Amino acid sequence: MRFKTVTSPHILQQNSVGQVMRRVLYAMVPGIAALVWFFGWGVLINLALATVVALGAEAVMLSIRGKPLALHLGDYSAVVTAWLLAVALPPLAPWWLTMIGVLAAIVVAKHLYGGLGYNPFNPAMIGYVVLLISFPREMSAWLIPHGIGQPHALSLLDSLQIIFGGAGSLPVDALTGATPLDVLRTRLGLGQTVTDIRNSPVFGVVAGQGWEWATAGFLAGGLWLVYTRTAAWQIPAGLLGGLVVMSTTFYLIDPQHYAPPWFHIWSGAVIFGAFFIATDPVTASTTPRGRLIYGAGIGILIYIIRGFGGYPDGVAFSVLLMNIAAPTLDLYTRPRVFGEKQL
Amino acid sequence: MIEMSYRQILQNGVWTQNTGLVALLGLCPLLATSNSVVNGLSLGLATTLVLLMCNVAISLIRPLVRPEVRIPVFVVVIACAVTAVELAMHAFLPGLYTVLGIFIPLIVTNCCVIGRAEAFAFKNNVARSAVDGIATGLGFLMVLVLLGAIREVLGQGTLFSQAELLFGEWGNSMTLHLIPDYRGFLLAILPPGAFIGLGCLIAIKNVMDARVQRHIAARSATALMTAGS
Repeated sequence: MRFKTVTSPHILQQNSVGQVMRRVLYAMVPGIAALVWFFGWGVLINLALATVVALGAEAVMLSIRGKPLALHLGDYSAVVTAWLLAVALPPLAPWWLTMIGVLAAIVVAKHLYGGLGYNPFNPAMIGYVVLLISFPREMSAWLIPHGIGQPHALSLLDSLQIIFGGAGSLPVDALTGATPLDVLRTRLGLGQTVTDIRNSPVFGVVAGQGWEWATAGFLAGGLWLVYTRTAAWQIPAGLLGGLVVMSTTFYLIDPQHYAPPWFHIWSGAVIFGAFFIATDPVTASTTPRGRLIYGAGIGILIYIIRGFGGYPDGVAFSVLLMNIAAPTLDLYTRPRVFGEKQL
Repeated sequence: MIEMSYRQILQNGVWTQNTGLVALLGLCPLLATSNSVVNGLSLGLATTLVLLMCNVAISLIRPLVRPEVRIPVFVVVIACAVTAVELAMHAFLPGLYTVLGIFIPLIVTNCCVIGRAEAFAFKNNVARSAVDGIATGLGFLMVLVLLGAIREVLGQGTLFSQAELLFGEWGNSMTLHLIPDYRGFLLAILPPGAFIGLGCLIAIKNVMDARVQRHIAARSATALMTAGS
């Protein structure tokens, strides 16, 4: 009989950066598949374009900074940033929109701050916020999901033409519409009740029609990430907890003016943000208690921005705001070392 | 104390001790009004004028002021100069005055004005102080105009828009539309654009300085080698 005679720590596998990043990419596949099903080829074109631009920008910045190219390009971190951003963009976003967003993410938010591991803000969300602030019109042109009204039959060629050459004769304006959160926000402003608004064709069983399936896909991928411990469970738990507490409180106060908690959780970018964006190990808090507080802060901020702010959704802004707070959270929630006196 | 030559004073003000890029004084007006070339140029000129007036005045009254009370005296002199500039702009350039708004009276809080008064004008004669005021002002103006140009081109695709506010009628024809049919990049006009732009300018200046240093070091090394051989 043979016994292994290795000394501790008995870690079976090495968690390299590349492996973690690859897992994030795998986990995004179900959600992306649902997005492609409901929104068409544009999603895939955006993903491909963002990946190419991100790898190019990463290579240029690495060579300017004199870093080894193969090592850092091979860790997939630029691809993850590109995918996170591309998924958040409208499916028929013009090519320059995707390009500016990715460049802002990789060049400004990542490399100007010192590269992977040194960036205080989530690069993909910086890219998204730059676009949201600079190009509000292009960023709000979301396609109506497949299945509502007429089936939108944009072929691959049509999508390519719209993205790279402008709309031309194609009826793009007829195909785009307000997102469910947009509808909720505008109609609440007009004084309608939540029940009336929820009868509009944009909404499905829980949240937006079509959108709810993409959310389900991202939830499945996200749960797998937590199961494989690629993402810390405290962050999504804290985020969803914070959002549930806020939305339930307001829902109980006045159910006609505030959307129910399940709608808030299932619509917009909440699930995607909770599992894929907020869990970025570089920009999030690193202590167990800190992660809970960090997540809860994002959840509460999302509700505040949605309910009382100027934008229909607030995941990106909330994540960036809590990114600033993460180092302070780490400082105050440092776990006690065994034997250390409690303060 | 070794007196600096005029050349050194100029070099210090415009480059080595540049208010905007090295000392990072007066960031509030620098970031807030540099959203177009004309705004930057106007505020730069106003600040230069204030700096010149304050440096000359403080250098003149230097023998009369006891060091213990110098700071309150500086404050009063600066406040007078800024008020004079503000009233003059209100009288002669009302359009520009409305555009720049609060930032004209806020020149009074620009740390570089009291900084130059304390560090230079209170210790030097009138001619030197005047040159220092102009040099510091020019350095500030340079950064304002450069940052304004970058943000205006990126943000609106134009240069010298609204030039009529500063130059009168013929300023209308100065506006350059560099990129036709430009959609506008709002971020460059908004405050984040100012921060990112200033950061890039500082980085460029540091790179240039490092290059020059390396060049000088290399040249002195070769000079030593040739002298040795």
